[in-house]
Amino acid sequence: MSLHSNLDTLYRQVIMDHYKNPRNKGDMEGETLHVNMNNPTCGDRIQLQLRVEDDKISDAKFVGEGCSISLSSASMMTEAVKGQPVENALEMSNIFSQMMQGEDYDDEKYDLGDIEALQGVTKFPARIKCATLAWKAMEKGLDNEEEEETD
Amino acid sequence: MDVKEIKQQFPILQQEVNGSPLVYLDSAATSQKPNNVIEAVSDYYRRYNSNVHRGVHTLGGMATDGYEGAREKVRSFIHAPSTRNIIFTRGTTTAVNTVASSYGRANLQEGDEIVLTPMEHHSNIIPWQQAAKATGASLKYMPMQEDGTLSLEDVRSTITSNTKIVAVTHVSNVLGTINPIKEITQIAHQHDAVTVVDGAQSVPHMRVDVQDLDCDFFAFSGHKMGGPTGIGVLYGKKRLLEKMEPVEFGGEMIDFVDLYDSTWKETPWKFEGGTPLIAGAIGLGAAIDFLEDIGMENIEAHEEELAQYALQSLRSIDGLHIYGPKERAALVTFNIDDVHPHDAATALDIGGIAVRAGHHCAQPLMKWLNVVATARASFYIYNTKEDVDALTDGLIKTKEYFGDVFA
Repeated sequence: MSLHSNLDTLYRQVIMDHYKNPRNKGDMEGETLHVNMNNPTCGDRIQLQLRVEDDKISDAKFVGEGCSISLSSASMMTEAVKGQPVENALEMSNIFSQMMQGEDYDDEKYDLGDIEALQGVTKFPARIKCATLAWKAMEKGLDNEEEEETD
Repeated sequence: MDVKEIKQQFPILQQEVNGSPLVYLDSAATSQKPNNVIEAVSDYYRRYNSNVHRGVHTLGGMATDGYEGAREKVRSFIHAPSTRNIIFTRGTTTAVNTVASSYGRANLQEGDEIVLTPMEHHSNIIPWQQAAKATGASLKYMPMQEDGTLSLEDVRSTITSNTKIVAVTHVSNVLGTINPIKEITQIAHQHDAVTVVDGAQSVPHMRVDVQDLDCDFFAFSGHKMGGPTGIGVLYGKKRLLEKMEPVEFGGEMIDFVDLYDSTWKETPWKFEGGTPLIAGAIGLGAAIDFLEDIGMENIEAHEEELAQYALQSLRSIDGLHIYGPKERAALVTFNIDDVHPHDAATALDIGGIAVRAGHHCAQPLMKWLNVVATARASFYIYNTKEDVDALTDGLIKTKEYFGDVFA
């Protein structure tokens, strides 16, 4: 059935697995960086919690509500950036953004793992914002942290 | 009323989307436009584009006649006493903002109350929040029944002698609730309060008589009734409009201009600073002609039938929850267990069915319903029972798909 095959382009098994069993979902203990980000047009909202030590993301968690694309992307993103130096995490965010624009991207520099399953989103332009929400939150959080340091 | 024949007059509806015939179920967001509206706008630009109220030349006169002629069509359509009651605005949002900024700020002070309902669209909440902040007045929300209707007892107990303004929607864009504006206005008037009615979801679908409702202000948008975007209407009672100051100052709205002071034209023109959306007003006039040719009574009957058919069809789907009362306007807002409304909307779109998903510019209402988002199918004159069947079928398939994923 065409509905199924078309939907399968978007909702790959691995995406639905992250949606059903999100990794790194929940609140973090102790001193952390909190970033709230929402998509005002649709009501999706996530709160990303990052712990940055020695310019490295030592832990990442999220809480929030949203569609399968935004929540699975948050789950994948936290998995991917955990343990990465801030600089690398920002570079990964760039790569993800290129992937979402349908542009060529470097798929070798980092282990993107499950994230590449989100490529199908490019065929559904209305849903790209869902996929990028968590990444935007991370960028905002890391940006603010830099500002705080330079203050 | 021959819906198939009506649909023929909407060129946009004759296409396929994602390989299926377009089933457009998002008219509460914006309606599609019939040929006569598209032609009226195009004809204005091709034949008599000119500025209004100033040219001595022939085209200027034609443009003014077109623009003022549209005002008369609006007056007659909502049964206002005079064209002096009809102000053209950008839409409902600008209309409500005009009342809040002009009437609101001049007449509110500390201790005064603005009464609202929890089912208001953001455009009938935020202007009042801002007016309250500027004047020290406070906002007060009426309670709502479990089915999303208002009870007149609650209306009576909420409106007090401190109430100066009651801002309420005629029809909820989420629940489909049709509010008793006439009765609410009576209660408001007993306390010397004025009513501001958001008619964005009522005027396109039912006969509205502002004199019978006796409301003081009434706002609606052209684009939800077959007209162009960017044009809307504020109706106001003459004695109130006459006392109100304009919100925008500049060209077109002045009487005499001196170096240090100026005077305004009379209402409605003093509220229409700058060159107006002439083509939009003419297009709105054409949309009114289109609706009146069909007959508002016929439209009401058709939509009532569709609404009840949609309720009945969607209720048969297991795990689908419908929000709002049984007696309703032609829209159905719902959620499916385990399927986020965005995911449902994407799945329907793949089959060419356009529905809205999100908070519908009614975040306080989403909180009241205890949901973050919902999906909404809304109907208009060109929708058929087959469209409802396509929706039902699409939702059953969507549910199966995501059900399998979650199995």
